[in-house]
Amino acid sequence: MGVKLLLEKAHVENIRLYDVYRREGGYRSVEKALKTMSPDQVTEEVKKSGLRGRGGAGFPAGMKWSFLAKPEGVPRYLVCNADESEPGTFKDRYLMEFIPHLLIEGLIVSSYAIGSNRTYIYIRGEYVWIVDILEQAIAEAKNNGWLGKNILGSGFDCEIYIHRGAGAYICGEETALLESLEGKRGNPRLKPPFPAVKGLYGCPTVVNNVETLAAVVPIVNLGGDEYAKIGIGRSTGTKLISACGNINKPGVYEIDMTISVEEFIYSDEYCGGIKNGKRLKACIPGGSSVPILPANLLLKTAKGETRYMNYESLSDGGFATGTMMGSGGFIVLDENQCVVKNTYTLTRFYRHESCGQCSPCREGTGWMEKILWNIENGKGKMSDIDLLWDIQRKIEGNTICPLGDAAAWPVAAAIRHFRDEFEWHVLNPDKCLTENYGLRHYADPIHVPVA
Amino acid sequence: MIKFSEEKLKQVQNIITRYPDGKQKSALLPVLHLAQEEFGGWLSSEAMDYVASLLNIEPIEVYEVATFYSMYNLKPVGKYMFEVCQTGPCMISGSDNIVAYIYEKLGIKPGETTADGMFTLKTVECLGACGYAPMMQLGKIYKEHLTKEKVDAIIEECRRNAVVNN
Repeated sequence: MGVKLLLEKAHVENIRLYDVYRREGGYRSVEKALKTMSPDQVTEEVKKSGLRGRGGAGFPAGMKWSFLAKPEGVPRYLVCNADESEPGTFKDRYLMEFIPHLLIEGLIVSSYAIGSNRTYIYIRGEYVWIVDILEQAIAEAKNNGWLGKNILGSGFDCEIYIHRGAGAYICGEETALLESLEGKRGNPRLKPPFPAVKGLYGCPTVVNNVETLAAVVPIVNLGGDEYAKIGIGRSTGTKLISACGNINKPGVYEIDMTISVEEFIYSDEYCGGIKNGKRLKACIPGGSSVPILPANLLLKTAKGETRYMNYESLSDGGFATGTMMGSGGFIVLDENQCVVKNTYTLTRFYRHESCGQCSPCREGTGWMEKILWNIENGKGKMSDIDLLWDIQRKIEGNTICPLGDAAAWPVAAAIRHFRDEFEWHVLNPDKCLTENYGLRHYADPIHVPVA
Repeated sequence: MIKFSEEKLKQVQNIITRYPDGKQKSALLPVLHLAQEEFGGWLSSEAMDYVASLLNIEPIEVYEVATFYSMYNLKPVGKYMFEVCQTGPCMISGSDNIVAYIYEKLGIKPGETTADGMFTLKTVECLGACGYAPMMQLGKIYKEHLTKEKVDAIIEECRRNAVVNN
């Protein structure tokens, strides 16, 4: 069993309730921070911990905090990004649903470090029942003196409010999220200025993911240096992985980033192997935006080394032969899955979610969707594959926000690694309607572990 | 003319206090959710104009938001809306079969409502339930690990509830 820092207590009965959470050691980090540390000291510990943003980008959280402008007399805001919408990702939902006080605790300590007296949780609109759970946790925290005025006699005031979105993936992008919080369409802003200088209501703002803010609790409790000893290299601490697709045990797992991808997929502690005794074909390990990898490049890098579940190892080989840790949305495809169809549904997703501001994304996603639909339905041409490649290349890097890149990468990786499957669809327009291309060479160098 | 009850108006005031003074426009998304709940499951232009007046903003500011977010219905919908996720992970797990089965049972395709106004079928993009696929959202809750039998049971449950509520 690896180290568990976030979900260690998630299965304690009634841990959702304040009394149980407190009895299990909850809110110690608030006591420690507010009574014995200055806000800058808390930030310093987060910096030392090496914690990287858990929403997908992996940017060092402490560094993000230290960019925050602090002009006199201007309020600062902390906003928690709970707009979890990246296909394959359902880890924040799990954390908020089962151990809500951990997030509230992390928010109080982080608000103290940042100097936010009014902190918002922006939660995706569909998570209606989780709003109720969080509101109850906030009320309990307030009744017990962890929120409100002059918390623990420290002179620090803080309130936490929940703001429910209404169905828009783009609001997970931090500036779109701020627009939405201001009651507008979720159109991402041009950067700079960055939110750290001009964020919510034009004031300095930090936006962090749910898991990132929850991780501040063990960081303060253990100290940044101790936290940094867990994991490996620049992948410190633990990471929540939400595993789904054709596996025996879909669910949310906390890993300490030293385990191999093979262990994660096949061991009974995690995914429990591929469902129905089938073979692994491909995997999208970090949410739908990150490059899909065929089985042979997933378990081992191009150099033939074991691939591990951490930031560095998953990206080993760059986009040519590697992928990304992303949000930790781990999507597994078995030998019966069709990469063309999967890419089509993901592209449809990005077309649906494009805000429409930038023409490469607005027009490009719809164009790619149409071409992919044609190929999937036996109406594609060989030249369509090169056209798809060309379109994705012209979207990437040419938009205000990363949604363009997120839409381009899955298409690029699918063609890069599975071009023969696209060609097979074009060459077999009838057959591709009734059967799938199957496994072919993708799993070749891989042994099938004994269940 | 549509209007919130006194109790709901209090709730609106309460929502506005979550935001700094003068930033009442921030309350737009939550108040639109409330309006949709109160005024029959969708947002008519009358409802949107009313929300604009409550928040002291221009109607166009409400329209542009209401048309942007997928959870706001701009047309009337059935009493029960089956929002079936169809993105990658759900597709891998057989969401196509669920959509087809609902069509078989109720005769409605995505975007359609049954003649009796009871059910609307809508396909949606990733709802964050990938590990529990296939799934649908039904009102405030998620129905997960869907099978044909479960869909049957959900339809029955809705019909029973509709009778009780009438």
